[in-house]
Amino acid sequence: MAEATVDDHGHAHQATASGTAHQQHPLRIYIVVWAWLFVLSACSYFVDYAGLQGYLRWTLILIFMMLKAGLIVAIFMHMRWERLAMVYAILVPPVAVLVFVWIMAIESEYTLFTRLTFFGANP
Amino acid sequence: MAETTMTHTGTLRPEGLRGVAADWSSDQRAFKNVSWGKAMMWIFLLSDTFVFGCFLLSYMTARMSTRVPWPNPSEVFSLHIGGVSVPLLLIAIMTFVLISSSGTMVLAVNYGYRRARKQAVLFLLLTAVLGATFVGMQAFEWTKLISEGVRPWGNPWGAAQFGSSFFMITGFHGTHVTIGVIFLLIIARKVWRGDYDVERRGFFTSRKGNYESVEIMGLYWHFVDLVWVFIFAFFYLW
Repeated sequence: MAEATVDDHGHAHQATASGTAHQQHPLRIYIVVWAWLFVLSACSYFVDYAGLQGYLRWTLILIFMMLKAGLIVAIFMHMRWERLAMVYAILVPPVAVLVFVWIMAIESEYTLFTRLTFFGANP
Repeated sequence: MAETTMTHTGTLRPEGLRGVAADWSSDQRAFKNVSWGKAMMWIFLLSDTFVFGCFLLSYMTARMSTRVPWPNPSEVFSLHIGGVSVPLLLIAIMTFVLISSSGTMVLAVNYGYRRARKQAVLFLLLTAVLGATFVGMQAFEWTKLISEGVRPWGNPWGAAQFGSSFFMITGFHGTHVTIGVIFLLIIARKVWRGDYDVERRGFFTSRKGNYESVEIMGLYWHFVDLVWVFIFAFFYLW
């Protein structure tokens, strides 16, 4: 996405008098992405419907989730055509959430350990 | 890297990482070809990302640290249709409704910039209807679960934190959808009246209206859809 250029879709940027760029793109790309979102949603629903379990289930859920999120942000929210200064300002900070996930995963492992130790395995 | 973009000064600006450094180190504004309205909406959405990020995080922490088995969402959210139990049916329909509304929103933005007022209003209203449908289905889901005994402090199937996580996360998301529907109706009225064609000033900001408002509205709406993608994956499918 970082290297995305504006010229592969002719009317990506239409500079206006105020200097802002209007995000106007051919309808075709939206329709294609829309169709893909339906397909990916059906795929993630199928993961549950087929009753897949374990790492296969989690991996597929995460893959379909990230593909959907990526398509929505890149195409529907026009991030693909924004300037990199703006893209980084918005997309880099959420990485902090992943650090938080890591910290809380360690914390909950510890909480579970103390609960099992002091209360036992039975509820 | 060699690509260049026109800006309001008419000068050519560098692309890529060199462009990031140039934009952020320049005077007055870092976002060169983005209006203040769009930049502010993005920054609001970033803050909202952290809000929902923290909700999902607390859900993860509760689920990982409990000794009691977590209720199986596939069974909890199943519907009985003609005697057959279909897992997650309602949730799947809600997902498709929300994705459809994202598609109609994108069309509304596009028709807005083409100054096709009628089509833009039509698709904005269609988006609002789909959003309202989503909220209605969520109300149905809440009613069903409450009648089955799910409370924020307990439920019949397992870990007590299931109810609190469920009501907090889906409740907050449903609130966002509801606000979005109201926001959509306001924008649809403005497009219908032709506010953005005649640059009529807004009642709140007194700024001249233009069709970028529809795009900014779209950013909010797509974000609501985006959050649902994560809720669907982590809460319902995991």
